Amino acid sequence: MDENQLAGYADKNQLPPPSERIPAIRWLKQNLFSSWFNAILTIVSTALIMTIVFGLLRWALEARWEVIPANLKLLLVGTYPVEYLWRVWAVVYLVAFLLGFSSGAHGGLMRRVSTTAALVSVVLAVLPFPWGTRGWLLGIAVAAAAGFGLGYLGKGIRWCKRLEIASWILSFPISLIFLNGVGGILPVIKGRTMWGFMLNLIGAVVGIGLSFPVGVLLALGRRSKLRAIRLVCTAYIEIIRGVPLISLLFMASIMLQLLLPASVRPDLLIRAMLTITAFSAAYMAENVRGGLQAIPQGQYEAAYAVGLNKALTTILIILPQALRIVIPAIVGQFIALFMDTTLFGFIAILELLNITRSIMGNLEWRGTIFELYVFIGVVFWILCYSMSYVSRRIEKTLGVGER
Amino acid sequence: MKRIVVVACLLMLVVSICVVGQQTLETVLARGKLIVGVNAVLPGFGALDTATGEYAGFDVDYGRAIAAAIGVDVEFIPLTAGERLTALQTGQIDVLLRNTTWTLTRDSKDLGLDFCPTTFYDGQGFIVRKADDINSIDDMDGATVCVTSGTTTEGNLADAFRLHELALITQVFADTEASFGAYDVAGCDCYTSDKSQLASLRTTAAIPGDHIILPDTISKEPLGPLVRHGDDEWFDIVKWTVFATFFAEEYGITQANAATFDSTNPEIRRFLGLEGGMGAKLGLAEDWAVNVISAVGNYGEIYERHLGPNGLDIPRAGSLNALWTQGGLIYCPAWR
Repeated sequence: MDENQLAGYADKNQLPPPSERIPAIRWLKQNLFSSWFNAILTIVSTALIMTIVFGLLRWALEARWEVIPANLKLLLVGTYPVEYLWRVWAVVYLVAFLLGFSSGAHGGLMRRVSTTAALVSVVLAVLPFPWGTRGWLLGIAVAAAAGFGLGYLGKGIRWCKRLEIASWILSFPISLIFLNGVGGILPVIKGRTMWGFMLNLIGAVVGIGLSFPVGVLLALGRRSKLRAIRLVCTAYIEIIRGVPLISLLFMASIMLQLLLPASVRPDLLIRAMLTITAFSAAYMAENVRGGLQAIPQGQYEAAYAVGLNKALTTILIILPQALRIVIPAIVGQFIALFMDTTLFGFIAILELLNITRSIMGNLEWRGTIFELYVFIGVVFWILCYSMSYVSRRIEKTLGVGER
Repeated sequence: MKRIVVVACLLMLVVSICVVGQQTLETVLARGKLIVGVNAVLPGFGALDTATGEYAGFDVDYGRAIAAAIGVDVEFIPLTAGERLTALQTGQIDVLLRNTTWTLTRDSKDLGLDFCPTTFYDGQGFIVRKADDINSIDDMDGATVCVTSGTTTEGNLADAFRLHELALITQVFADTEASFGAYDVAGCDCYTSDKSQLASLRTTAAIPGDHIILPDTISKEPLGPLVRHGDDEWFDIVKWTVFATFFAEEYGITQANAATFDSTNPEIRRFLGLEGGMGAKLGLAEDWAVNVISAVGNYGEIYERHLGPNGLDIPRAGSLNALWTQGGLIYCPAWR
């Protein structure tokens, strides 16, 4: 054997290592019962795991899961009046339609997301919901399909893409107005602070939608050559990052009451959303700054060399590269923001966590604390996991870390 | 310098509290709705009815009564024991109806609050496990007691143990659900709260029969609505709305007959707004009291609805919550 063979360099005569097929008993002996001490450890830990698993299973079987279907409407949309629930569905349909449209026009990740959404709605429609609800659920798939068809037809047409972007941006205020109502046209819904899980979603969407552009501006401002701008941005970022979110929320809910007269004081929910946006923007700014710093000086110089001015350099050359680098951090921030919306519960807003407390307060549902918390956990996990999944796909598509 | 800044800040706080406090009725009328702070997790007094998605309870009905007196909508904001007083002080709510005990400190100008007439007379008691063989507070030397923070209960507990010269270990939780839950899974030897709460909580224990409520009552717990200090017109409105429910029970005016009630008794005629101009004196419509009773009923009806045999089942006869004509403390001043 010469040295080349030892190092394993492409030698066609070399055989693959023998596949070691060990009988189960021997595997057990080798890995779990190799000495008396390991044997004891194995037995003790198996017993422990079994106790926990069986305990959980027994609890799960005996648990009063009926608390969730019985209060599902309350958990998801809170005290939103039943006769106006169609507005919530309409907003869901709008989103499904837009998802379908984008997937028709681009395919790729969007297609995966919209297909999943449509599939989930069909699967949910099979579950034993009331017939009316099943119909509404199926509508999601129909809306997505309709969007897909239109998007597919419009593929390649130039104004179609602009229309798509404009509708995505416009869908945001339209949905909010639609849910809330406008004086004179759509009746305004009372008790905006009691909409259950819908408030977490609205809070997260508003927070994400607003904190991202604000964060980017702050990050650019912090690196600005103008001293005043730099100072203001740095001070803002450092002050907000130095204060816990819950205390900012208390400030917004309590201090503003004292400082502003009733006539100009915005509604509690709006204050809460602005607070979470302001908070998240500071973190977002730091994430984006990390990306900006990673862009080599050569990129700026090259951009100047081809005659781009400062603004165009930032928009066309620097930001796209910087943002691509920090996608994982940004999505992490989005997920954190989404989960932080549960803190609204501490300033007397009935979001998912707080409405759960109200449900538990009923004599009928006393002691269902674990069932409800498991439900909350599952709901948040599904949504947060989906977000991180989508982020990983985007990273893959854009080739983050490969270029 | 530092002192000047501190004083200036305090002044600003006081001034702004006063500014907030001046115009509650105008604020409510302009807004078109009354905002009431309630308990969200105390069935019988204030809880979200999961069947209807509306708040329901004894305190909640008084919120509806005040809104009916003014003729506006009502919105309920759920508050924890810890945040309730701040919410009222800062003007987040117009009136607090969250089983809050009337104490000197809370009523003084330090906290900037005023108590309206008591709607429910309660007292603090203890719930213990039968198996522990505790028959009175004297058997509880060195006991671990679960209690909710931000309540008078916490202070009364310490006082009672000090008075009886007993050692005490407290475990404090943010809400009733958590503190009673901790007691129920044997985290504490005893749970203490107002007796009205103990009765309803006992039914929710894993095995209700294992627990007894001790006969000792260690405190006075008069519960009633609170408003901000210094807004006397508003104070009067809330105060007399409560009195209206007392008056109606005394004279047999009920939710069903209030709108059509007729009488030759001058006092009742003044109550119904038929003469005397009592509404104008409070800045309300003349038939405001009729609206109150039509909306929620008289005191007896409200009590029956939430605390009677179909609700929490807290016996009324012979208690402090009976009408004054039946030996209780529910008494309305002269309607003139």
